Amino acid sequence: MQRSGKKTIYGWTSTKEQVELTLEKTIEQIHQDALKELESASDEESIKAISIRYLGRKGAVTQFLRNISNLPEDIRPEAGKKANETKTNLDVLFKKTLKELDTSSWKTDDQIDVSLPGRVTPRGSLHPITQITQKICAIFIRLGFDVAEGPEVETDYYNFEALNIPKNHPARDMQDTFYISKNIVLRTHTSPTQPRIMEKQNPPVRIVAPGKVYRCDSDLTHTPMFHQVEGLLVDKNISFGDLKGILTTFVHQMFDPETSLRFRPSFFPFTEPSAEVDIRCVICKGKGCRVCSKTGWLEVLGSGMVHPAVFENVGYDTTRYTGFAFGMGVERIAMLKYGIDDIRKYFENDLRFLRQF
Amino acid sequence: MKVSLSWLKEYVSINLNANDLADALTMAGLEVEAVSDRYDYLNSVHVGRIVNIDPHPSSDKLKLCSVDIGGDIISVVCGATNVKTNMLAPCAIPGTRFPKGKVLEKSIIRGETSEGMLCSELELGLGSNGHGIMELGKNLSVGDSLNKALGLSDPVLEIDLTPNRPDCLSIIGTAREIAAIENKRVTYPEIYLPESMGDIANHTSVTIMAPALSPRYAASLIFDVIVGPSPFWLQDRLVSVGLKPINNIVDITNFVMMETGQPLHAFDFDRLAENRIVVRTAQENETFITLDGKERRLDPEMLMICDGEKPVAIAGVMGGLNSEVEDTTTNILLESAYFDPVCIRKTSKKTGLNTDASHRFERGVDPNGTITALNRATQLITEIGGGKCVKGVIDEYPLPFSETTIDISSRRLNRHLGTRLDTAAIEKYLTSIEFEIKKIDGDKLQVTPPSCRVDIRRFEDITEEIARLFGYNNIETTFPLIPAEARHPDKKIDLRDRAKMLMTGLGFSEAINYSFISKQSCDHLELPPDDPKRKMVDILNPISVDQAVMRTSLIPGLLETMKLNISVQNKNLKLFEIGHVFFHTGQEDNQPDEVEMLAGLWTGTRVDSAWSLKEINCDFYDIKGVLEELLRNLGLVKTTFTRMPPEFCLYTKPGLTARILDENEPIGLVGEVHPKVLRNYDLKQTAFIFELNFDRLIQSIPDTKSARPIPKFPATSRDITLIIDNDIETYKIIETVEMLKEKLVEHLHLFDVFGGDPIPKGKKSVSFRITYRSSEETLEDNRVNHIHKTITNQLIKTFYATLPAE
Repeated sequence: MQRSGKKTIYGWTSTKEQVELTLEKTIEQIHQDALKELESASDEESIKAISIRYLGRKGAVTQFLRNISNLPEDIRPEAGKKANETKTNLDVLFKKTLKELDTSSWKTDDQIDVSLPGRVTPRGSLHPITQITQKICAIFIRLGFDVAEGPEVETDYYNFEALNIPKNHPARDMQDTFYISKNIVLRTHTSPTQPRIMEKQNPPVRIVAPGKVYRCDSDLTHTPMFHQVEGLLVDKNISFGDLKGILTTFVHQMFDPETSLRFRPSFFPFTEPSAEVDIRCVICKGKGCRVCSKTGWLEVLGSGMVHPAVFENVGYDTTRYTGFAFGMGVERIAMLKYGIDDIRKYFENDLRFLRQF
Repeated sequence: MKVSLSWLKEYVSINLNANDLADALTMAGLEVEAVSDRYDYLNSVHVGRIVNIDPHPSSDKLKLCSVDIGGDIISVVCGATNVKTNMLAPCAIPGTRFPKGKVLEKSIIRGETSEGMLCSELELGLGSNGHGIMELGKNLSVGDSLNKALGLSDPVLEIDLTPNRPDCLSIIGTAREIAAIENKRVTYPEIYLPESMGDIANHTSVTIMAPALSPRYAASLIFDVIVGPSPFWLQDRLVSVGLKPINNIVDITNFVMMETGQPLHAFDFDRLAENRIVVRTAQENETFITLDGKERRLDPEMLMICDGEKPVAIAGVMGGLNSEVEDTTTNILLESAYFDPVCIRKTSKKTGLNTDASHRFERGVDPNGTITALNRATQLITEIGGGKCVKGVIDEYPLPFSETTIDISSRRLNRHLGTRLDTAAIEKYLTSIEFEIKKIDGDKLQVTPPSCRVDIRRFEDITEEIARLFGYNNIETTFPLIPAEARHPDKKIDLRDRAKMLMTGLGFSEAINYSFISKQSCDHLELPPDDPKRKMVDILNPISVDQAVMRTSLIPGLLETMKLNISVQNKNLKLFEIGHVFFHTGQEDNQPDEVEMLAGLWTGTRVDSAWSLKEINCDFYDIKGVLEELLRNLGLVKTTFTRMPPEFCLYTKPGLTARILDENEPIGLVGEVHPKVLRNYDLKQTAFIFELNFDRLIQSIPDTKSARPIPKFPATSRDITLIIDNDIETYKIIETVEMLKEKLVEHLHLFDVFGGDPIPKGKKSVSFRITYRSSEETLEDNRVNHIHKTITNQLIKTFYATLPAE
């Protein structure tokens, strides 16, 4: 939409339309020049100088207005209007810029209610089980462990037999199992990842394996699905003392470096010796309360030296390698960390619960 | 299992108090769950003085006694004949739980209120005298609790035994552990058999037809017994560990089982056909009535104790009604045996009978304890039941057990545990629990565990014994020396964590739902009969019908979660879940296909209501935006959204559902939940969902990123507005422009879509801004105009588009 007939600034031409146009351009040019100068001015003095240069007695705008009488009569009103507009605009702008630079006026102008909440799309929250699982894994990753996973629906072999829990063994009563078919179960623990990993890889093995597990048990303190993190470390010369070292470090990282803990003999078919790890009750600090059943201790981990039968099942040489394994319930640790008193809350997914974490 | 301290003290002297003993046992591997005093119920039984006795207004036999129980005087209705004024007698107040289980309540007896109860020895479980109330010594203080007044205290430990320690399922077994703690020896009961007559072989015989299942079966005979109640001390012992006294013969078998861990069974000898025992497996479909009066169906895997004709007991589980010891029984055949643990366990599971006997047999009894227990019971029956024993025992032992011997070296043991024990220390620990030690040479020892320790099979088992006796907490804490090598992290684990972080960043909270759902979920989702999501995996033993199958979609869980939240007024929800779904493979006894899915749900407002923002409900483009942002941040560049054909819209609204494609392969869907599905879940509020196959998705996520240079030359843009048919999806326009492969086209941005007046019906106007840029020079207008014209013409041609009127 460009028009022809554009001429130099002071070169008037004959047709009315073109004169108007160039006139506009001229005063517009002055305006633009002024703005450009203002943009590069940074202190009061130079702004005042610019103001004088354009609006002062000998300023460009003033000069233009003064020369209006020289213009052809029919375009004079229009030119005058434009020039006056420019004058007003620039005047306001100069004054405003000066005021902005004057720090004394900063205090009260354009006050808003800063106590009103800001505009935001709030973040969602990670499920507490995810957060605790990540924390647990992160500690072991720092200790040199890798993370592995396995299927949630397992074969009887990996869930039990490879772990030295033969069919018709009383140890099977320790875990109420959901059955899919004769040889397929919902895994009752994350321990099947032990033989699965060892079948695939030779020592040294250092893994943690988080995941969902299932037991046919539902009451105030049990949900039929919950989460565990399994751990396994196998190499030459691994001792029970090493198990104590790693798990003590874990407890101190997870809870508090001052947390006292004890190792208590227990029984798991896939470890020998087996140990439960108790920590001083985080609620009552050992005085005895409802959470710790008045014992002052809380069971947080099961552990032990890997049973040679498990090594034999995966073809590891039991005379060369030893190792330890451990497992813990994520819900239990989350309960202790967050003071959650009802395990069923985890899977109701009430937003008022989820958003707290 | 319950053990009382007083009974334990019969076999070992104990210096520790009950709580310290409980701690010590726990730390030795016998977890004590609770310590209580078995006389605690006497806390609410007071020494009472009978102040006054009045006749009962409406009964000749009853009396109204005023009893001083230490300050308070209460009125008690009493029927005993021996009450007299000033007599001291035990007075129970309401709330008292008597040993036989009854709880005393305030009662009105023939119109008179009784605020307590004067008790007999029998009622209080303190003796066998049930005639008249118990008379207390004059020196006792009125008002004192009876246990305090009489000095009655007997701590009972409740031990939660792990399945590997059947040797501790007895008082002597527990005493053996305590002896090691207290550094004492166990005093075993002295067994002496009285004068006996005849020869057992002349009276009976035992035939074992299934030696593998019954490697040892022993029997003794006692004639002329008098069946009746047991003496108080015997009843008291049984009560102290939670067993119910029945009659002297049964009580003795239970007493010996508790004492030694060997279950015994007494048969009425005269009711055994041909007076003999045959041990055999059951026949198919044979039936048998057990002691509890129930008929049991048998199968050939079950071991039966039979007489000359028929079964008389399910071996190791329960006796039969047909050979039970009754009041009239005079001759007894006593059984003590070792049965195969697996066989007993299977039978116990199949019959649902979990008895004290089966509990011990399935864990393994002491194969060498058979005769000792048999003799001990025979002795007690002759002493208490007044019988005469027949000389000798039958001891059928077709498959003798061999002793376990284990060679250990202190060096290996120390390396395993991280200890520095010498052979002398090891020997000391092992002999304290009655292991036999033979020195071989150097640091080597040969260890023979006692026959009751059926759990000790190999070197590692010995290490546990040493560790627990030395004390787990005395073992030095060390750290493994392992090479600093790392494996490649699992891509999926990393990406899952990343996806979770992105989703929370986009405002979604993570839900975790149960992996099992209701079988009706497929109907609720309106899935057709042949839908792959119907290939569900059933749980054989579900907890409830609501949790009976493994989920094949995360959507039912999210809709249930939405329902719960709406019911508690959480109406604006942005939720996601990442989890496995499970598909039946069609093969029986196979693991299902486990697929990891990512799903999300958005319902309610777009933004939480706030002073600065208008509350608007979320719509399709809100959830789609979330998905686009998620996928872009995960590094997926080639995903597209295309209209889901209506016939594939099952639980989402046709027309409001998009299929998500990655390189033209479907990886998920996004859309508005179908109103019918909402109704099925009893939901009234519109919701938008998406579902992505996470396993498939991550395959397309590149492992690396490469940076592009920032352009040096300015871009120039041209707008284009086309009027096209309403049903043309805009992504096709983008696709068409991309297909032209015009190098200078940098970006195509859709900035307006408009329908309605003045646009003709069935049409819409779409406006794009095409950005042109060259990496080598500043583009000249002419060149851009030319390309833009070409593109415009191509689009007009492809989509039968028109340009808007000038």
